[in-house]
Amino acid sequence: MSALTDLSLDEARKGLARKDFSARELTRACLDRIAAATPLNGFITVAAERALAMADAADARLSAGEGGLLEGVPLAVKDLFCTQGVLTTAGSHILDGFVPPYESTVTANLWRAGAVLLGKTNLDEFAMGSSNETSYYGPAVSPWRAAGSEERLVPGGSSGGSAVAVAARLAAGALGTDTGGSIRQPAALTGTVGLKPTYGRCSRWGIVAFASSLDQAGPMTRTVTDAALLLRAMAGHDPKDSTSVNRPVPDYVKALDGGLKGLKVGLPKEYRADGMSPEIEALWARGADWLRAQGAEVREVSLPRTRYALAAYYIIAPAEASSNLARYDGVRFGLRVPGRDPTEMYENTRGEGFGTEVKRRILIGTYALSAGYYDAYYARAQKVRTLIARDFEAAFETVDVLLTPTTPGPAFGIGAKTNDPLTMYLNDVFTVTVNLAGLPGISVPAGLDASGLPLGLQLIGKPFAEDELLRVAARLEEAAGFSARPQEWWTA
Amino acid sequence: MTTKHHPHETGARLIRGATGDWEIVLGLEVHAQVSSKAKLFSGASTEFGAEPNAQVSFVDAAFPGMLPVINEYCVEQAVRTGIGLKAAINLRSVFDRKNYFYPDLPSGYQISQYKSPIVGEGAVTIDLPDGSTRTVGIERLHLEQDAGKSIHDMHPRYSYVDLNRSGVALMEIVTRPDMRSSEEAAAFIRKLRAILRYLGTCDGNMEEGSMRADVNVSVRRPGAALGTRCEIKNVNSIRFVQQAIEYEARRQVDLIEDGGKVEQETRLFDTKTGTTRTMRSKEEAHDYRYFPDPDLLPLELDAAYVEAIRESLPELPDEKKERFVAEYGLSAYDAGVLAAERETAAFFESVASGRDAKLAANWVTGDFFAALNKAGLDITASPVSAGQLGALIDLISDGTISGRIAKEVFEILFTSGGDPRAIVEERGLRQVTDTGAIEAAVEAIISANPDKVAEYREKPKLMGWFVGQVMKETGGKANPQAVNEILKRKLDG
Amino acid sequence: MSVDEGTVRRVAKLARLRLIEAEVAPLARELSGILAWVEQLGELDVSDVPPMTGVGASLKRRADQVTEGGLAEEVLRNAPHAEDGFFTVPKVVE
Repeated sequence: MSALTDLSLDEARKGLARKDFSARELTRACLDRIAAATPLNGFITVAAERALAMADAADARLSAGEGGLLEGVPLAVKDLFCTQGVLTTAGSHILDGFVPPYESTVTANLWRAGAVLLGKTNLDEFAMGSSNETSYYGPAVSPWRAAGSEERLVPGGSSGGSAVAVAARLAAGALGTDTGGSIRQPAALTGTVGLKPTYGRCSRWGIVAFASSLDQAGPMTRTVTDAALLLRAMAGHDPKDSTSVNRPVPDYVKALDGGLKGLKVGLPKEYRADGMSPEIEALWARGADWLRAQGAEVREVSLPRTRYALAAYYIIAPAEASSNLARYDGVRFGLRVPGRDPTEMYENTRGEGFGTEVKRRILIGTYALSAGYYDAYYARAQKVRTLIARDFEAAFETVDVLLTPTTPGPAFGIGAKTNDPLTMYLNDVFTVTVNLAGLPGISVPAGLDASGLPLGLQLIGKPFAEDELLRVAARLEEAAGFSARPQEWWTA
Repeated sequence: MTTKHHPHETGARLIRGATGDWEIVLGLEVHAQVSSKAKLFSGASTEFGAEPNAQVSFVDAAFPGMLPVINEYCVEQAVRTGIGLKAAINLRSVFDRKNYFYPDLPSGYQISQYKSPIVGEGAVTIDLPDGSTRTVGIERLHLEQDAGKSIHDMHPRYSYVDLNRSGVALMEIVTRPDMRSSEEAAAFIRKLRAILRYLGTCDGNMEEGSMRADVNVSVRRPGAALGTRCEIKNVNSIRFVQQAIEYEARRQVDLIEDGGKVEQETRLFDTKTGTTRTMRSKEEAHDYRYFPDPDLLPLELDAAYVEAIRESLPELPDEKKERFVAEYGLSAYDAGVLAAERETAAFFESVASGRDAKLAANWVTGDFFAALNKAGLDITASPVSAGQLGALIDLISDGTISGRIAKEVFEILFTSGGDPRAIVEERGLRQVTDTGAIEAAVEAIISANPDKVAEYREKPKLMGWFVGQVMKETGGKANPQAVNEILKRKLDG
Repeated sequence: MSVDEGTVRRVAKLARLRLIEAEVAPLARELSGILAWVEQLGELDVSDVPPMTGVGASLKRRADQVTEGGLAEEVLRNAPHAEDGFFTVPKVVE
């Protein structure tokens, strides 16, 4: 039965429609695999009973010929999406016991399309991290290992658990969120596909907020086609989110067809700076060759303010977070640590409830917004953000998509970078620019490094050009022919 | 609008200290609840008096992942109010987060407008009891969320938190420090409330908290630079605003004269003692860390939208007052009194329609207001309608009854209702205009009082006595003009 | 910009975060490092650049309709402590 879990989301969907197997069988297979994968720590909550009930309902609809786009497809959801009646933690102690009385718009869209919720995946606390090591529930562990090594590696973050679920075939697909690279970076590190849509494409309603002007939900899958399918079901206008955009959702799967003749691809030269590893540089060049070979015109472009993006991001995101996280005060939900008066109760609750990285970012953000520092830090970072967005606008006047590496390197060992926050932040160097400008970006598995660890290439598109982005990604995927999969060391 | 020139600067508005005179300088921040059905950023009801936490959406309670979406009606009312305050409307405004921790502020920030409010500078003309007017500058009006309510006296160890008000739309209207006495502050609030009610943008009900004021008080030597101010928070009646100002100004003068220094601080008005005191919970220095709310884009309005609202504006108190003077020939004072409230003005205009407007004004501001006052009734609950009062005035104008009888009929209308003409007929109050009947009464009185007639020849002032007798004889129904004429003819002739 | 321990304590107070003593010095060091790194933003001339506060064009609005409410039970269900239909906090002294 375990072969069912090897199916891509699209294959599973088609098999279900053909009644090759039932949604219950497929869901059961996933649940069994999840149960056998506890060393990966990919899930915070497994909703087994509920999943089977959802699968049965899907089977009933499939029998009646009423199946939706994702009818019976079992998915893993990052534990940042509020799910009605299912514990939602954001990977934090402070949300202890929080069971949302509402369903996020994006997950509601998926259930309406027939998908099945397997459970909630591990993540960096409040999505603040690039390795999944800041989770209150312990680090998620990559299914990948370097050749000849038993060192446990990070799956990337913050959507680490979702990356684990997809890479280890625990789910047909997963949901992530991406504020500075939290979908694309773990996808690259685990040999999977991760798409961050244009800001406003997917509703943020019901997703625990990290940095409101940057957060965006997206699919994490094993193939580009799967990403197209999932995005189609997730996306759409939501009147409950003031920043969600009211424009039609194209048929992303249909849009996958077509060649690259005449496509103009830009390689931002500034991404080459700062001592890029030869391995990454070679991968990037190979990616450009693959596109060129299919008729694309590849040229160098300039995004001159790129090197300032990370610094701007590490002011803007913490500033918004410091305010977004003020609601965790022990009054209405989650953890409460008593105190003699409200102030002491807040301080105790928040002091105990938040982990070190979250505290660090709240402090940076609070400091950057405080009297006397606002102009020097926050206001300046917002202006730099404008310049970074303008860089992209200018580049997109001459090219259709941009090709870059997704990360500066492969997965690293758990604990290898936890001592220095700045080193950790550098993981996001190629991905944050996209969030700052509100653009869509996708990471596609492109090869393995010398030690056998996956590496990804990133494509960046124009606003709301996810259809074009996915088409190019599909061609890149075909050319890369990435078929490696991790050895199953965890099933003892 | 400027703070420097005060054409009405008079000694009467100074307060006397041990070392000389002091001038009070006052500015107000009025919070007026928008008369919307739903909250500013959520679909929960704003109705007053619900069970605790029954009117709370997950947005109002700041649950994880909840997002604000602005209520279009509230935007429209803010623009409407701005136009009513003769203020500039900003076609682009921005919502900011004001960050602070407090039990009744669930998200840890209040969504407000800091650097770019929806309404800019304007002006309000206030009417003072002596009939004079003054202009108070409006600095700005912005939209913001109300907080919830903490209740401290229901449990020995806990404060209770009710979020029903959390997220209710408020317009914060900030004045320039242009007022110089508690009377002026009271006049400002009364006038502002009248404008809001005319516009229908706020019900102005201070008892239910839909209007409250923060009062900034400072004192200075006349003409000197502004002193250090204290802000008295959340005063919820005009009377309390006046009391708070009187107390606080005196406290500051005494403090300075005793060699002390006024500290800039937030104070609380204690309605039981009539005094102000430092707010302990607000002692800590504030750093609100305002920044644009990333959940909301800038609010952009187009000029046509603003113009359409401008077109739909009703006549406001000042314009109405002017029209009452010009159109009905009323005194500025009467016109002001009648235009002060929308309902009063409408009542008056209905009474005056097609009638002697001055007579109508006299009746409305005279017997009618007196009766309402005495009964403690609002004009909307008046037992006498404009139609009834108008019909009564018609009876005076066509000579059916005299003014004196009209007062009697009004009493009956007020207590038992009915049709004025029918009351007059039923009770036989119709004025006697039949000269024959009056002549008979006059002759009877002359022949019964020869001594008085003789006396009259010496003292014509005695005429009044004869008139009184005739009125007595006719039960007050005789037309006084006719009585006079006939008496004069008979006595003089 | 160097952040000293006093500043860390002050900002932590503003953010209502109780820090254990052992956290203060490392946080001061890390924050100083991060802010020193952020100083590079000063290299750019941003004098005529408007700030980018979000992504998107116009603010969407809702109609003035009551669509939510009557949820007191659900609103209170997750509260660590509630009584008589109210949320509670340790007594506030005004």
